[in-house]
Formats: sequence, structure tokens, C-alpha cells
Amino acid sequence: MSTERKNSPVMLDVKDITVAYGAITAVKGLTLSVREGEIVTLIGSNGAGKSTTLRTISGLLHPKNGSIEFKGEVISGKPGHEIVKLGICQSPEGRRIFPRMTVDENLDLGAFLRKDTAGIKESREQVLDLFPRLRERITQRAGTMSGGEQQMLAVARAMMGQPKLLILDEPSMGLAPVLVDLIFETIQKIREQGTTILLVEQNALAALRIADYAYVLESGHLKLEGNAKQLSTDPAIAKAYLGG
Amino acid sequence: MASTTASAPRASVNVGKLLTRVSMLMLGIVVVYWLGRNLISSPAQFFTVGITGLSNGALYALIALGYTLVYGIIELINFAHGDLFMLGAVFSYFFLTKFLAAEGGSARNYGLLALTLVIAMAFCATINVVIERLAYRRLRDAPKLAPLITAVGMSFILQFIGLKWNGSAPRNFTTILPNTSFEFQGVVVPYTALIVVSLTIPLLVILVTLVNKTRQGRAMRATAQDKDAARLMGIDVNKTISFTFALGGAMAGAAGLMFAQSYGTVAYNLGFQLGLIAFTSAVLGGVGNLNGAVLGGFLIGLIQGFNDGLPFGPGQKWSQTMVFTILILLMVYRPAGLLGKATTEKV
Ligand SMILES: Nc1ncnc2c1ncn2[C@@H]1O[C@H](COP(=O)(O)OP(=O)(O)O)[C@@H](O)[C@H]1O
Ligand SMILES: [Mg+2]
Repeated sequence: MSTERKNSPVMLDVKDITVAYGAITAVKGLTLSVREGEIVTLIGSNGAGKSTTLRTISGLLHPKNGSIEFKGEVISGKPGHEIVKLGICQSPEGRRIFPRMTVDENLDLGAFLRKDTAGIKESREQVLDLFPRLRERITQRAGTMSGGEQQMLAVARAMMGQPKLLILDEPSMGLAPVLVDLIFETIQKIREQGTTILLVEQNALAALRIADYAYVLESGHLKLEGNAKQLSTDPAIAKAYLGG
Repeated sequence: MASTTASAPRASVNVGKLLTRVSMLMLGIVVVYWLGRNLISSPAQFFTVGITGLSNGALYALIALGYTLVYGIIELINFAHGDLFMLGAVFSYFFLTKFLAAEGGSARNYGLLALTLVIAMAFCATINVVIERLAYRRLRDAPKLAPLITAVGMSFILQFIGLKWNGSAPRNFTTILPNTSFEFQGVVVPYTALIVVSLTIPLLVILVTLVNKTRQGRAMRATAQDKDAARLMGIDVNKTISFTFALGGAMAGAAGLMFAQSYGTVAYNLGFQLGLIAFTSAVLGGVGNLNGAVLGGFLIGLIQGFNDGLPFGPGQKWSQTMVFTILILLMVYRPAGLLGKATTEKV
């Protein structure tokens, strides 16, 4: 398997991390990296440890062993809010929008750490152009929107932080096929605008199609890694993970 | 046949609802009749007791906010909060009356009163932050019962501190605020009531504005709804929770000073009674809801005022019974409180 990939500097460097919930070890000795400008995808079946990995990168969990570096700085051990400051924003699994706030307030919270009023306004316009549906719902309470609209809000809110690295945990979960396509198109657009993306998807085939590089997780271990396009055509992968 | 079975349960629901409506309506009529009759037969007394009720209600509202703020952000009923109010009262007695020797209403003393208000607020805010930091924070992910029992323990600790500090007997002293009143069209208005209400209202407005309109308030509301999501926004959740405890504590400190200066007495066990009434206010208004706590506080103050002071009424010995009867009735028909959100909306 070829592991050739983009020749840009490493942005995120996850080195041999082990993460546990009490007695349950969810991620065991995982090593992965994301280079500037890439879309990297992390795939694997339910319970493989994908969300755990993402939560650890964002500082909601801390690794028992190993370290995580972002642009050369060690971030494992830092609290979540400081990691956001460095430019890592996440749209978490299950959306986790603030249900009793309006769409507008949710977007504002996405820009919580930013002080550049003009820039925030610009980002706001930008995400509302990406998701015109949100513009129509701008004063609606987020918890009363449909699942698809909430998912768009979760992605839009993460983008409001103007991240260098955008982490998306199952952004197409529970969406109608049309919306799934929209989400994938949008992810590509976001990358074209210069944001690096780490993507976790149940819909592995679609993820591999838009990604540059992929990691496959199996019960907390790294099973294999490689060029996304090549992995997507690998019959063994297709059999095991793509429902082929 | 099928249609009759289908409509049967709906009919019984309707009967239940109707019964509720009718009983609420009858209760409403009784209350309106009672208030109306008193208003007509002795309007001056009606307003006099109403003003006393509002003044007590202001104190309840200030304390109730502390319960509701903390419950809103970490879903903990902070049983120690009433005792924090007590410490605020005891502190302001020792600081203002003993240490600064400010007794009686001179211009200097009013200045010291304003100073003490700020210091008492800071004092109680600090204690509340320390309590959270030392006790509740460690238990944030523990089963709900653990922090609850800890809060009960905290309540005893604060009472014990009050007991050692103030002694077991209540202390009476000369206040700065005059304990006289003026009459307007036969309505007796105590100066203390006027001052308490006019100090409380700006505090309430500042607090509600802070929570609803500022960046810090937005962080509080986000933390209340989803702590991990708040972290992902870059919000320092621990700091935000500390800030919330500080706000609640500050309100209790203000209430403590105002209580001490209204009644000219402080005791180590003040927190139990007033804390319970204030907690009831928070529940009545919908615990976790700021406006609800304020509404609940003023309502309970008024209910007590009218109940205790109206010539044609149950009288003071029924005061608590009235308050809790109303609370229980409300809980049966509106478990989330007057302004509370239905629990299903919570994610
Ligand atoms: N909060 C938690 N407490 C205990 N175990 C958890 C928790 N969250 C996830 N796990 C366990 O960790 C493993 C990995 O979960 P997760 O990272 O959510 O997987 P994925 O996102 O790949 O579906 C699973 O076995 C899951 O049961
Ligand atoms: Mg997951």
C-alpha cells in the first residue's frame, strides 16, 4: 500500500496516544498526522474509537500515554478552551448545538474567542452563504430545527471560530441523502477556502472520495493508513468497511 | 365500536383537565374575592401590608437568584445558600455595626453602609466561589446524590461558623436605616422597605442584563446547556461556573446586609427559614429561570404580607401553610414552575 501524500508541513501530530474511560481503554497507541491543506479521514466501525480520538485532540479528554502536537506545540494536557484558541474547532458527534439559543446566538458562540467584529461579521456571511437554510432560520431556537438543519448549524458554528484545523465528527449522521451530498460538497468548499480538515464518517466511501489521506481504526488500534483514493478502490477495504 | 374505544381515554383526559380548570378558577375567585374585599374595606391597610410584602419579597428574590443561578449551571440544589445569606447578615453586623461603629443615620454612616454593601457582596461571593472550588467541583461528574449531600454538609459548616461567630443568641443592634415610616394617604411606608426595594431593583436589573446581554452571560448560558459544547467554543467552563457562584454569592451578601439593616437583628440560624422560603420562591418561579426567581420571590413576599397583615384573613400563624399550599398546588399542575421550561426541552 502506497502511503504517498501531500508534501506540506505537518499540522497535527498525534503520537502513540492511549485514551481510557475509567477501566475501558478506547484508543490504544494511535499515531496519526494531518498536513496543512489536507482532508484527512478517520474511518472504522461503530465503537472503534474515532470520536474518542477527536475528543482527545480537542482537549475534552486527556491521553493516558502519548502526546499530541499542533503546529509544533504540545497540546495534550491543555484544557479544551485553550486548544480552541490555537485554531482547532470541532463540530462534535451528535451536533451538540445549544438548543435553547437561537441560530444567531449559536453562531455568535462559535466566534466566542474572536474580537475582530468586522471579521466575525464576514465569517457569519460566509457560513450563511454556505448554508442558506440557516439564514432563513436565523432567529429560530436551534433546538426546534430539524436534524439536518441542526447539523448544518453545528458545522457552521465550528467554522465561525475561523479554524486552522476543522474537525468534523459524523457530519452526515441521520441526514437525508440530498443533505449528505450538500454536506460533502460543503466540506470540499471549506477546504478550498484554505481550511485543513479532519473528518470522521460512518459513510466511509463518501469520505474516502473527498479525502486525501485516510486512517482506518479497529477497536482502538490503527488498522491501516494510506492514500484515500487508493483505499477506496482496495477490495479488502471495500469488503470490511464500505459494505461492499 | 372502534371509535368509542379511541375516544374514551381522550374524554377522561378532558374531564381531568376540566376539573383542574374549574378548581383553579374557583381558587382564583376565592383569592380575588379575598383581596378585593380587603381592598374595599380597608384600602390603606391593603397597600401597607403589600409594601411590607414587596420589601420581604425583594430579599427573597435576591436569595432565590443564588439558588436558581447555581441550579441552572450545574443542576445542584445548593442547600448551603441560605446559610451564605446568614453569613452575609452576620458579616455586615460585625463589619458595619461593630468594626466601623456605624449606628444611627448620619451622612458618614450612609457612606459606610454603601461601602459595606459592596464588601458584603464581595465577601459572600468569595465564600461561594471557595465552596464550589473545594467541594462541588470535584463532584461534578459524580452521581447527583454526592454533591447534594455535600451541599447539606456545607450548610451545617456555614451554620457552625455563624454560631461560633455570632453566638447562639440573636444579636440586636441599632441600624443605620431609620426604623420609622411615613404615611401617604393613610398608607404606611417604612423607610427600610423603600430603601430595600430601591436597592434591589437595580441589582436585579444588572444581574439579568449581565446574564442575557453580555459575553460572560452568554458563556454562562452555553455552559448551562452543554458543558463540552461550551468548551469547544473556547469557553473556560470552570471559570464560568466560578463566576456564576460569585454572582449568586454577591446577591446573598446584598440580601444579608439589607436584612440586618431592616430588622436590626442577626442570628446564626437565619439561613434556615429564609433559605427555605427563598428556595421555594425559586421553585415557584421555575428553578433555573432568573425572571422566575424574581417573580417567585416577590409573589411569596406578597402572599405572606397579605396573609399576615390583612384584617380579614387567615393571619400570621398560617403564613407558612399558605405559602406551601400554593407551592404544592402549583407543583401539581405546573411542575416546572411559573416560568420554568418543560423538562422535555432539556437535552
Ligand atoms: N463516555 C464514555 N464512557 C465509557 N466508555 C465510552 C464512553 N464513550 C465511548 N466509550 C467507549 O469507547 C469506545 C470507543 O467509542 P467511540 O470513540 O465513541 O467510538 P466511535 O466514535 O468510533 O464510534 C467504545 O467501546 C465506547 O463504548
Ligand atoms: Mg463516534
